[in-house]
Amino acid sequence: MILQKTFKNIFEEAEEKNKRFYEISQEHEAQTLDLSVLQVRDKVKVNLNAMKTAIEQGLKSKEKSVSGLCGDDCAKLIEKYKNGKSLFSKTYQKVLTYAFATIEQNIRMGKIVACPTAGSCGIVPSVIIAISESLNADDEKQIDALITAGLVGQIVSEKLALAGAVAGCQSECGVASAMAAGALVEMYAGTNEQILNAVALALKNVMGLVCDPVAGLVEVPCVKRNAFLAIYAVTAAELAMAGIKSVIPVDEVVDAMQQVGELMSPRLKESSEAGLATTKTAIDITEELREKWSLAD
Amino acid sequence: MNSTKTLFDVIGPIIIGPSSSHTAGAVRIGYLAGKIFGEKPKKIKFKLYNSFAKTGKGHGTDKGLLGGVLGLDVDDERIKKAFNYAKKQNVEYQFEYIEDYNRHPNSVDIILENSYRMEISGISIGAGEVCINKINGYKFNINGDYDTLVLIYKDKPGMVYRVTALLQNYNINIASMHCDRNAKGQEASMGICLDGILPKSVMSELEKIEEVYLIRNIEVLKK
Repeated sequence: MILQKTFKNIFEEAEEKNKRFYEISQEHEAQTLDLSVLQVRDKVKVNLNAMKTAIEQGLKSKEKSVSGLCGDDCAKLIEKYKNGKSLFSKTYQKVLTYAFATIEQNIRMGKIVACPTAGSCGIVPSVIIAISESLNADDEKQIDALITAGLVGQIVSEKLALAGAVAGCQSECGVASAMAAGALVEMYAGTNEQILNAVALALKNVMGLVCDPVAGLVEVPCVKRNAFLAIYAVTAAELAMAGIKSVIPVDEVVDAMQQVGELMSPRLKESSEAGLATTKTAIDITEELREKWSLAD
Repeated sequence: MNSTKTLFDVIGPIIIGPSSSHTAGAVRIGYLAGKIFGEKPKKIKFKLYNSFAKTGKGHGTDKGLLGGVLGLDVDDERIKKAFNYAKKQNVEYQFEYIEDYNRHPNSVDIILENSYRMEISGISIGAGEVCINKINGYKFNINGDYDTLVLIYKDKPGMVYRVTALLQNYNINIASMHCDRNAKGQEASMGICLDGILPKSVMSELEKIEEVYLIRNIEVLKK
């Protein structure tokens, strides 16, 4: 069984067999990896549990990264929410803090699950785990959602390399948000069509997002972007479940992103040669770190 | 096109952050280098190039490489404290940071010493994928996707035949193979990627071939 390379094909396959996307995906993985469907789901569960551990550890820490640039923002949010005042509902507060908790574990050299990459590791787990807590969704539902997220990333990656150095941040945090949006529709038992619309809506609005990390580190703007795009994924799912459709079908959106990735200047693709990375403040920070670490120019 | 292999490449792998190329990739390069060296080194020198040099401290590339050489895997939480881990084992280590744009952006030379000295070079290609591309000056292509046989031996007729005949006797298929040498009749190298796992008995037979100076079986990486 070959995994269908486009969303359209996999949609048709799912409709024909009257199956959810995650069912198609887990059957395909079982065949590829020579495992049973149950074994595939067990493997997914290992990763899901690692995501939960990262969140637990991240919520307890305010340790800064080696550079000292980031690491204590999650603690600030938790402190704020103790006072009860917030524009956000409890669920949204959780999405936001879990995203920070995970990505801050990443920058302090903690154990995380790349999803799809290390620099975007906070988005999918925060959405799936925070929402599952408010829905009282069991592990099986969370595994369904995580497989759905994986399938979305996998199909996108057929055309678009999931790497900031190749296609900018649209292909890392951007794709992560689309994966999370699709997963969320699955959790709310939306239709397969709604999953595709959530993915398309999410991707369209991160198109062109550049990768311009300060001092070349996965910290500024990556940490906060994880939190922003986690909330953003919820918006995409909300729209799709209201029956709002993407005028441009998801496969065409992916084609467009791939094109935008190609047109994007290499200076905006993880090389830290433009954008935020070359602002006056960023250059000062880079200089300071270079002196502190006595690195090559 | 960089198409994804499995679902677990997208919702995984589980690694120590912050970067798949600069941290997890570094661990893997170090790990493979440690296996190729074959014993616990007393002294290790790492020469980091370009992006590895510029962002290596912030990404824990230094800790990843060191932890990897000492046998830690990409998801081992001891990587963060790799410096202490090395000190406890009385392993001396040193880092050098170099700019040389003739080299790959994420490359490193690792010089390992104990009863002998070896120089091993590797690159991190992205998404945690790596390649050991030089051992003691000879070209190799070891990426941990296959069980790999590494040999350095006297350059003379029939050596490739002797090694591959042995593999054939045990019905082990060769996925790919690469040979190199420094000069005719001097020293040569062989890197053989295998389908399947090399039995220990084959290793001991291979070790009997005279004028083989170095032989290692580098097992496929857990991914």
